[in-house]
Amino acid sequence: MSHDSGFGSGGYNFAYLDENTKRMIRRALLKAVAIPGHQVPFGAREMPLPYGWGTGGIQVTAAILGPRDVLKVIDQGADDTTNAVSIRRFFSRVAGVRGTTRTAEATIIQTRHRIPETPLTEAQTIVYQVPMPEPLFRLEPRLAETRRMHALADYGLMHVKLYEDIARHGHVSTAYNYPVMVGGRYLMSPSPIPAFDNPKMHRMPALQLFGAGREKKIYAVPPYTEVRSLDFEDHPFRPHRADGCCALCGSATSYLDEVVTDDRGGRMFVCSDTDYCEERQEAAAAAPASETEDAA
Amino acid sequence: MMQPGFHDPVLDAQSGFRAVLEAMSRPGRVQALPPGLTPPAPLQPATAAVLLTLADAETPVFSDAGTAAAEWLRFHAGCPLVASPAAATFLCVTGTPPALEEIDLGTDEAPQDGATLVLQVAALREGGALRLSGPGIEREHRLHVEGLPEGFLAARAALAPLYPRGMDVILCAGTRIAALPRTTHVMEG
Amino acid sequence: MAYVAVKGGERAIGNAHAWLEETRRGDPGLPALSVAQIEAQMGLAVDRVMAEGACHDRGLAALAIKQAQGDLIEAAFLLRAFRTTLPRFGHAAPLETGAMRIRRRVSATYKDLPGGQVLGPTYDYTHRLLDFALAAEGAPPPPPAPQAEAPQEPAPHVTELLAREGLMAREAPAPGEPADLTRAPLAFPASRAARLQNLARGDEGFLLGLGYSTQRGYGNAHPFVGEIRQGSVAVRMTPPELGFEIEIGEIDVTECQMVNQFHGSKAEPPQFTRGYGLALGRGERKAMAMALVDRALMAGELGEERTAPAQDEEFVLMHSDNVEATGFVEHLKLPHYVDFQSELEVVRRMRATATAEREAMRAPREEEVAE
Repeated sequence: MSHDSGFGSGGYNFAYLDENTKRMIRRALLKAVAIPGHQVPFGAREMPLPYGWGTGGIQVTAAILGPRDVLKVIDQGADDTTNAVSIRRFFSRVAGVRGTTRTAEATIIQTRHRIPETPLTEAQTIVYQVPMPEPLFRLEPRLAETRRMHALADYGLMHVKLYEDIARHGHVSTAYNYPVMVGGRYLMSPSPIPAFDNPKMHRMPALQLFGAGREKKIYAVPPYTEVRSLDFEDHPFRPHRADGCCALCGSATSYLDEVVTDDRGGRMFVCSDTDYCEERQEAAAAAPASETEDAA
Repeated sequence: MMQPGFHDPVLDAQSGFRAVLEAMSRPGRVQALPPGLTPPAPLQPATAAVLLTLADAETPVFSDAGTAAAEWLRFHAGCPLVASPAAATFLCVTGTPPALEEIDLGTDEAPQDGATLVLQVAALREGGALRLSGPGIEREHRLHVEGLPEGFLAARAALAPLYPRGMDVILCAGTRIAALPRTTHVMEG
Repeated sequence: MAYVAVKGGERAIGNAHAWLEETRRGDPGLPALSVAQIEAQMGLAVDRVMAEGACHDRGLAALAIKQAQGDLIEAAFLLRAFRTTLPRFGHAAPLETGAMRIRRRVSATYKDLPGGQVLGPTYDYTHRLLDFALAAEGAPPPPPAPQAEAPQEPAPHVTELLAREGLMAREAPAPGEPADLTRAPLAFPASRAARLQNLARGDEGFLLGLGYSTQRGYGNAHPFVGEIRQGSVAVRMTPPELGFEIEIGEIDVTECQMVNQFHGSKAEPPQFTRGYGLALGRGERKAMAMALVDRALMAGELGEERTAPAQDEEFVLMHSDNVEATGFVEHLKLPHYVDFQSELEVVRRMRATATAEREAMRAPREEEVAE
């Protein structure tokens, strides 16, 4: 067999992983897509970045990435956070792949903790970095036991937990990593995205892939698949965001980061999605003054 | 002489995989695989490319495609070939598939162990008589398949109540593929 | 402004790396440590990195220690990340540790035994007094240690002596190819082979604490060191293209076999059982702790009640790997402000609800008073 594309820096294979590893991950990905929301165990490799830094997402991206892809990497919604920069640099180094910060230009978006505000399309794949793939782990840490619960679709424990929350606080106290039911069958962790982002997963045109490196699990949500946040008839799921507008672009609908500006209680809100925010600022700068007001 | 495998094992496998992933993610949408493979008969390029992309020493393959094809697969994919359908991760079928009860459908705890049936048919195109719905499909995809084995769709449909256990199908014809993961509901006419 | 500070991640990373490199080198007025010096003079650190890095290469382990400024977990991680890129040729035959070229071999169960007690280069009977002579620069190397003829007689395992008497079961060779955690993830219940591989790669400190706990009553252990042996063993494998076994080299290992009483069960008469520990290089503490934990984990097979943390297979095996553990603990320092923001909103909302409820409770009473 020839290895014409023994690409890359320092003798590593294209996209770092060897071909056997890629094939193993690819097989896991196909089964994950075929069984939406089910966690498929895979032989995760040690990566040159630490566990917790996105090794699962990186392995998934490395297994699907090709030379024609355009890669966007975000952490907390931002392209310029240090870990996002570091992962983007990793792939430009080992795969020579083109990076972008523009959501609309990307074919693959690797993310930690956010789904972009700009709706994703059929031409895109989003790869989530997942720290704890097991949605039941706070209620039942034993994998042997949760595996059985998934096999039986026995999710009563989670319903009880949410209901106790409501009884005690009047609300579900889970604000991120809010559990979802996929295709009406599997309870799934959406990764630690804010609950605000959960509705974006429902019937998303893009393919959604999830990689948990340390826990050695891969799972997926195919396009247009039903993803329901757990709720109750009398307490329907309601996503929340900070009650305010972005100080930079004026958006009243995007997810906001709270920024403390001084030690006297001063604060401002800005979009967590930096690309969305910048595009809005650019559009506002280009538009006549009257339209700018409408945009805000 | 043995016909060659992938021209570029790294990039051909990558583009092959993306086509399979796209097919599995959007059941019934027909994907084109990169041309160029000249596998021994009766294997067609798409069937061969799918197996070279996914099979290796860790995946036992059941094949009904004859000795030349088996040798070619063994040499280029390095996969063990098995005589029992139940022991196979991939089934390479060019004729009549084995009885579906004989195939590994995984378990409720490990449904991912369900086998993948790589089924070679005469022709594939979008539109047509089969109406597909389920995950990956916005409303309905229509698919035209020529040369589907008699009774195959009914046998496949009979597995649906076993979900999440099940079998996933990759249909191959020429250089084209389309997939029917276990979640896809198929109606005829 | 604060928000601007998170921009420019790329430059920040570059600068941090430059500063790290400067810090790693330390005072440029001092000569740099060579990898050979580390390998020769920090041998036990090298061996620990080799064991936890799961890669028998002293030179690479020494390089990793140099690069990691002596942070041994970071060094083990560097070695693992390198190891994972190496092609896998197959698996070796079980090591014949009974045929080890022994540097050290001690048994706590017999005063003397075939092969003898060999103390070897050990700290066991040193007095832990700082040796200020070592602080002196340019001291001459120590005189060579006295040498003796290598013993001619074989040194059979103590556990084998017990097995011949029928007091301990021999381990049956596992059928088929051994489990390999680097290819397939752990599943529970795990095979003994998978458990031992996990423990052999596991963190010495974690295993030490768990092993210690079994001695203090958490796990019902009555251990004796049947034997510790350390030295060189041949590695043999059968390359598929040859079809017969060949020796491919020699590695240094430390092996510990603990002997434990077992009261017997309905099916088994009372006998001794074995806890097994093996570490790459010289890793006596690691091998001993591993042997204690291995024995504790056999509770399941032996039908003993599982009551202690060290007997809890999933708890032990899922938390033993220091590369995994350090990653997940340390990842908490990565930005989590999106999640935190969502928690802020929820806590504020719950407080508002609670306040409103309190006021609603108070309101009717005020009305009553008004009436």
